[in-house]
Amino acid sequence: MTETPAIEAEGLVKTYGKTKALAGFDLAVPPGTVYGLLGPNGAGKTTAVRVLATLLRPNGGRAQVLGHDVVTAAAEVRRVIGLTGQYAALDEYLTGRANLIMIGQLSRLTGAHARQRADELLEQFSLTEAAGRAVKTYSGGMRRRLDLAASLIGHPAVLFLDEPTTGLDPSARAMMWDIVRELAADGTTLLLTTQYLEEADQLARRVAVMDGGRVIAEGTPDELKSSVGGEHLEVILAPGSDIEAAITALKPHATGTIRPVEGSQRLSVPVAAAEGLTTKVVRALDAAGVEVNDVTISRASLDDVFLSLTGHLAEAEPEAEPEAEGSAAE
Amino acid sequence: MSVATATLGRYERGRLGEFVSDVWVLTKRSIARIRREPETLAEVTIQPILFVLMFAYVFGGAIGLPGGGSYHEYLIGGMLGMGLAQTAPGTAVAVVSDMSTGLIDRFRSLPMSRAAVLTARTIADLLTQVIGALVVAGVGLAIGWRVHTGAGDVIAAFALALLFGYAFTWAGVCLGMVLRSPEAAQQSGFIIFLPLTFISSAFVPTQGMPGWLQPVAEWNPMSSLAAACRHLFGNPNPAAAVHAWPAQHPELAVICWSVGMLLVFAPLAVHLYRRKAIG
Repeated sequence: MTETPAIEAEGLVKTYGKTKALAGFDLAVPPGTVYGLLGPNGAGKTTAVRVLATLLRPNGGRAQVLGHDVVTAAAEVRRVIGLTGQYAALDEYLTGRANLIMIGQLSRLTGAHARQRADELLEQFSLTEAAGRAVKTYSGGMRRRLDLAASLIGHPAVLFLDEPTTGLDPSARAMMWDIVRELAADGTTLLLTTQYLEEADQLARRVAVMDGGRVIAEGTPDELKSSVGGEHLEVILAPGSDIEAAITALKPHATGTIRPVEGSQRLSVPVAAAEGLTTKVVRALDAAGVEVNDVTISRASLDDVFLSLTGHLAEAEPEAEPEAEGSAAE
Repeated sequence: MSVATATLGRYERGRLGEFVSDVWVLTKRSIARIRREPETLAEVTIQPILFVLMFAYVFGGAIGLPGGGSYHEYLIGGMLGMGLAQTAPGTAVAVVSDMSTGLIDRFRSLPMSRAAVLTARTIADLLTQVIGALVVAGVGLAIGWRVHTGAGDVIAAFALALLFGYAFTWAGVCLGMVLRSPEAAQQSGFIIFLPLTFISSAFVPTQGMPGWLQPVAEWNPMSSLAAACRHLFGNPNPAAAVHAWPAQHPELAVICWSVGMLLVFAPLAVHLYRRKAIG
């Protein structure tokens, strides 16, 4: 990470009365990558995105997008960003195409260029057929696609996606993932918030885990996973085997305490991943006269990371934050 | 590739040029909505027609005009004011609805003029007010309203009415920025704009009101507009016999009220809009 971050935040604070939605939020997103902002309901993900997209004024700290300060150079920031929020930001009464052209013209494209871009994007997002219908007749997945297309019409170099797949069915979600990957391949910097660990794992090169308005862990998905304990070897012994003998035989291969799973013939062995490890372990057990039924390597998932960092599981419901934020009038 | 196309087809027009073009794009948006849902025009078409017919044929017979004259001719000056001012709650509803959707967030994340969103709203509403004024005039002609002056006076009357209506639109925008639900904005029509219309000379001469209420009605901007229109149309205008300053100088009073409201509500609306985001 020697290059200048495309998005950078330092000690951002945003309060609503006594509630601290952001409590010293730091972030550095390398250019041209997908960056995941992961956290449970109310962790402050949406607030962070709204501050970075110049929709909210922070109470403290500072943030830059492509070198432009989000408070003092908000107009410059708006020229380089696109934003897709949790709710489709579209005019329900206009057609899909008219929406895109309108947003294009407001993004300072000429009328002709806006129309040309609109048709390109409609094609790219499989919306050409529905282009002439009012948006209120669209399905949830179509709205999200049109909404994303609208964010892209001005060729933003930095794109904020706030929970882009919340509430989408699996096929619509897969389509959204493909689009995100294509954008990243084209060099767009994407900051993506999500409650879905799988989504961050699939899409993001780096992930920041948020809780209580600040980042509590940051790194690549693999780094985060190994920080929670890395790999485990699950060893299932044949019924009646000598557990103590098995533990003694496995000790040279373990990187920590071997824990027998109570009431079963199962052992959980923390290990460092290495080639041929499983074979070595089986041979060691065989030499000790312990019969083995099964040996599997299990890697920590982002779920484990989440649980160990926040003490609770990620929730699947949509974020409850916007009540505090939708009306930023306070 | 995206860098190359990003510089293509973009324009730089300076602040004013960008403002005008943003307002135009957004006004077209509102007009497109009216074309798709013409029923949103009910409040400037069906409603004024019903009011004119009710007052002309139900209440009118019971309302005597000091100084005499046709009530049907008297009615239209007042109806113009009501027809235009009562679009303000509709403006408030539209603003609340816009603010509660993600669309305004999108606008605020775009490199567009901050004041354009609200200005476009008021211009689209001004266009519906033009339709409303024509409808009132049309139904007026049908019930026997006639103009007894020249074209210049008639144009002046409609210009005053639209200036007045436009000022109310900005009041509606402020209401929309302050209220939190479209229902509340709809209610504002009854709570604010109905009394404003009825405690005035829009439908009945102020002379018949209790003494304590008369000054309120005489200084009500709605009375000034009604009197100004009646004066300019050459219709019965009992307010001419009232000594209050606005009754004696109705055209000037309308201009003062309208400009005053614009000076208060337009900057306030933009301030409220900006307060919700980084200007």
